[in-house]
Amino acid sequence: MSQQEALFTYCLRQADDLLILSHRLSEWCGHGPVLEEDIALTNRALDHIGEARNLLTYAGQVEGKGRTEDDLAFLRAERQFVNTKLVEQPNGDYAFTIARSFLFDAYHLPLAEALTKSSDAQLAAIAGKAVKEAQYHLRHSSDWLKRFGDGTEESHRRAQAALDGLWTFTGELFVQDDLHQGLVKAGVAPDLIAIKASFDETVDNVLAEATLKRPVDGFMASGGRQGKHGENMGFILAEIQYLQRAYPGAKW
Amino acid sequence: MVMVTSAITEARVRELLQNVKDPEVPAISVLELGVVRAVEVKNDSVLVTITPTYTGCPAMDVMKQDIEKELHDAGIADVRVQQVLSPAWTTDWITTEGKAKLKAYGIAPPEHTADIRALKGELPVVECPHCGSKNTGMISLFGSTACKALWKCNACLEPFDQFKCL
Ligand SMILES: [Zn+2]
Repeated sequence: MSQQEALFTYCLRQADDLLILSHRLSEWCGHGPVLEEDIALTNRALDHIGEARNLLTYAGQVEGKGRTEDDLAFLRAERQFVNTKLVEQPNGDYAFTIARSFLFDAYHLPLAEALTKSSDAQLAAIAGKAVKEAQYHLRHSSDWLKRFGDGTEESHRRAQAALDGLWTFTGELFVQDDLHQGLVKAGVAPDLIAIKASFDETVDNVLAEATLKRPVDGFMASGGRQGKHGENMGFILAEIQYLQRAYPGAKW
Repeated sequence: MVMVTSAITEARVRELLQNVKDPEVPAISVLELGVVRAVEVKNDSVLVTITPTYTGCPAMDVMKQDIEKELHDAGIADVRVQQVLSPAWTTDWITTEGKAKLKAYGIAPPEHTADIRALKGELPVVECPHCGSKNTGMISLFGSTACKALWKCNACLEPFDQFKCL
C-alpha cells in the first residue's frame, strides 16, 4: 500500500467515526429528554459532521480520483466504511447515548490534540479546529456521566449498564495495524499508545467522580476498521444514503 | 446609465464587508466577527479569505454568498471567496466593537481564551447583558447556535445567550 492510499484510508477512518456518530446523535433531534439536551446533542452532531466533511473532502483530494465529500458519504458501500463499531451502536437510553459519546470523546480529544502536530498540514489544520470543540464535547459528556453515576439508584444502574455494554467496543479505537504504524513513522498519525494513556486517565478520573466502576477488559470487538460491521450499520446507511441512491445527483 | 468605475481598493472592499452581517447574529459584521482573514485586490478581481467559526457552522456558506452578493451589487464582478482552516478561528478575533455590539444585542460576549484551560474546571464570570449583574449561572454548554451557551441571570431571572469562548 502506498503512503497515499494509507493516508486516504486514515482520513476515512476518522471521518467515518464522526459521520456515523453524528448520525446517531442526530436521531435524538426532537426526542431529547429536555430541550437543552436536544439542542446539545444536535450541536454536537453538527460539530462532528463538520469535521467529517473536512476529512472526507481531504480524503477525496488525497485519492485524486475526483471524488467529493458527498460521493464518499453517500456512494460507498457498507464494506467500504471503516468506522469503529462503537459509534454505530444504537442510542439506547440517555445514559447509553452519553456513555457512548463519553468513551468516544475521551479518545477524540487527545487524538485531535496530537494531530495538530501532524506532519500533514491539512490534517493538522482540521484537528486545530476540532480540538477546541472536542473540549466542550468531553466536558458535556463527563458532566452527565457524573450526574447519572452519582445521581439516583436508577440512573447509577443505567449508567453502569451502559459502560459495561459499551466497553467491548473501546478496544478497536486503539488498534495499530501496519497501515497505522506506517503513518506513525511518517509523523502523520500519533502513536495510539499515548492516546490510550490519556483515554485511561480521563476514564478513571471521571468514573471515580461518578462513583461508577471501570469495566474489566475482556473480549474486544473488532472488524469495523476493516469494513466488517454489525447488523446496525446497514440500517444507518439506508437512512443516510437513500436519497442519493434513489435520485442520483439530487440537489437542494 | 451611469457606471461609477472608480478603482477597487482594499479599503473600499472592507467598507462593503462591514455591511455583511453574521446571519445568525445580525448585530455584527463578518469583519467584527473576525472571520475575514485577508482581502486581496488585483486589478479588478477581489479575493476574500474567510475562516469558519465552528467546523460544522451552517452560517459559513451563507456568509460566503452574502459577501459575493454585497460585492457584486457594488459593481465588482470578479469576486472569489475562499475558506481556510488554519490558523483556527478564536473568539479573541471578535473585535472590541463587535463584543460591545453583541452585548447590546443581548448576547454576553466571550471571555479571553487565555483562560481556556478553565473550561475543564471553573466557569467564567459572565455578566448579564440585560441588567449587568454578575450573579449568573450556566444552564447548558450548548445554545441556540453552535457558538453559544445558554445562561440565566439570577438577579433579573432572564435567560440569555453567551458567546462561547473558543
Ligand atoms: Zn440580569
